[in-house]
Amino acid sequence: MSTLSLYDEIQEIRARYPESLSAVMPALQLAQERSGGWLPEQAFRDVADALDLTPAYCLSIASFYDMFRLEPIGETVIEVCTNISCGLKGAQQVLEAFESELGLKAGDTTDEFTLRTVECLGGCGWATIVAVNNRHRLHVQAGDVPRIVAELRGSEWKEPDEPDA
Amino acid sequence: MSPTPEIVFAGTNGGALTEIADYEAVGGFQALAKSRALTPDDVIAELNASNLRGRGGAFFPTGRKWSFVPKPDKIDKPHYLVINADESEPGTFKDREIMLRVPFRFLEGSLIAAHAIESKHIFIYIRGEYEVEFEVLVAALEQMRAKDLLGAVTIVVHRGAGAYICGEETALLESLEGRRGLPRTKPPFPAIAGLYASPTAVNNVESITSATTVMEIGGAEYAKLGVENSTGTRVFSLSGNVVNGGNYELPHGYPLRDLINELGGGIADGRSLKAVIPGGSSTVILTADEANTVTLDFDSLVGAGTAIGSAAVIALDDRCCMVQLAVRVSQFYEHESCGKCTPCRVGTKWLTSILQKIEDGRGTQADMNLLVSVAERINGKCLCPLGDSDAIAVMSYFDKFRDEFQAHIDEGGCPFHGESSLDHLLAPVAMHIALPEGKAIDGLINV
Ligand SMILES: Cc1cc2nc3c(=O)[nH]c(=O)nc-3n(C[C@H](O)[C@H](O)[C@H](O)COP(=O)(O)O)c2cc1C
Ligand code: SF4
Ligand code: FES
Repeated sequence: MSTLSLYDEIQEIRARYPESLSAVMPALQLAQERSGGWLPEQAFRDVADALDLTPAYCLSIASFYDMFRLEPIGETVIEVCTNISCGLKGAQQVLEAFESELGLKAGDTTDEFTLRTVECLGGCGWATIVAVNNRHRLHVQAGDVPRIVAELRGSEWKEPDEPDA
Repeated sequence: MSPTPEIVFAGTNGGALTEIADYEAVGGFQALAKSRALTPDDVIAELNASNLRGRGGAFFPTGRKWSFVPKPDKIDKPHYLVINADESEPGTFKDREIMLRVPFRFLEGSLIAAHAIESKHIFIYIRGEYEVEFEVLVAALEQMRAKDLLGAVTIVVHRGAGAYICGEETALLESLEGRRGLPRTKPPFPAIAGLYASPTAVNNVESITSATTVMEIGGAEYAKLGVENSTGTRVFSLSGNVVNGGNYELPHGYPLRDLINELGGGIADGRSLKAVIPGGSSTVILTADEANTVTLDFDSLVGAGTAIGSAAVIALDDRCCMVQLAVRVSQFYEHESCGKCTPCRVGTKWLTSILQKIEDGRGTQADMNLLVSVAERINGKCLCPLGDSDAIAVMSYFDKFRDEFQAHIDEGGCPFHGESSLDHLLAPVAMHIALPEGKAIDGLINV
């Protein structure tokens, strides 16, 4: 964890660019990281202050790009790619397995989890790609999902056909 | 046909060269030293001799692009090299593997390119989803700085935040300047007025990485690889219903059939090949018969009415419903349309809606005509190629698999009866967004 304040760290980012406006995206990324993975109203004011912009301008940037989150998110964000290469390899079945395992619908958020679909993550030949907090898992199949969810919940995974001792 | 030795991935032995000493042990940074001893014009001449053409999609000759950047004494502004590592064309995942496995060859190429266009400022725009790749690049840069390889050049790695349109070079520049990624009208071209309205070259990761090899072995030697008009090797991303998906570095001119059947292990699950998308989702589809006759190079694919694009080969087996494919592809372009021009902003949504109606069995003969008419009103009328791509891709499925579209009308529903591989695939654009209970937004944002 950096000891610098958000303001100071944004000044460092700003110094990398010939024009300070270029720092708005990295500044928002940093602010999002510092605010639990999403951008509350205060984050826009902070970034605006640090870069001499307005909060509305910062919001117009954040709303354009998919990776900025304008609402609270779960502690673990699960994103299933449903573009065509993954689709051909069973992405919809993977998504539905997550839905039933988590008891959520794609698009839902709880304190613990956010589940959503995303466009191509650039791993098409290793389909299906599932991003868990931005780390990509390759070759995911529907049958792998109970194990993944158990792992994310920090609970022990037992093979379903294994009789409980 | 057997693949030739690796160029982009040379020296990796299937692994990664992420330690600078390992890269130096296979001849790393010699091309940079050689280039820096040459004048910028001589470097460009070498690139021209290689006939290396852009790997980002448009296949524009790399040396020519660099020669368009005015000499510093002609324009009193800094020159910029911007590297497009935004890789987001569906089906494409090659730049990612290049950055992971040969980050130094890529960064070496960046410094060579900067020397050629007399730039002291390099920006690498990497898609935000590539977190590990970002970390690898940052670590590689540290090692290069420690050895003082950058000289007077600064390299900033700038992370995108999820927008396909930012792969389009002018949208990328807008985004890098801190604005929304809306494409610019051209001219002026980036070579004259690019980043901060200054002379700028924008190049793809693989083009830049290949430039290292060009300078290492010489342009004439490089031009011996591949075929006429498509020299050198290319990293093909193979995905879809094949046994072994993955990246394959091959000389241009390699038969598509062999990529799928030999290297890719053929079609999986005992199914048969139905169609191939040869160059990323923006390109015209090939039927199985057509796919069996083409080779993977610019001329052969243009001759077959399609394009090499981003060299992303997607194989589809006989379980895939072409109307569902069209819906899903169109949903992607609709989702990624920046909204700056009307034919794309309105048209992509219309295409999706009409296609969905046909898929759902609510379509009529009139909808088939409407589909064609909407596509015609998009194609060629957009500010950037994104809108065109939707119309071109969808129309190619319609033209080549019209019976399947017609069957949806005649049978009043999908002839695959829920058995298609893409059945009910949930696209982000169709996803409902529900707020968690008790997590109402405090006041401000609910977009
Ligand atoms: C909608 C759209 C998306 C694009 N996405 C990418 C991309 O992700 N990566 C890339 O290198 N080029 C992409 N391009 C092509 C770039 O505009 C540009 O031609 C390329 O980066 C130039 O590099 P090159 O000459 O080395 O190929 C895209 C073009 C369009 C129209
Ligand atoms: S074609 Fe689409 S993406 Fe391109 S400028 Fe127009 S609206 Fe934007
Ligand atoms: S289609 Fe899923 S990663 Fe590309």
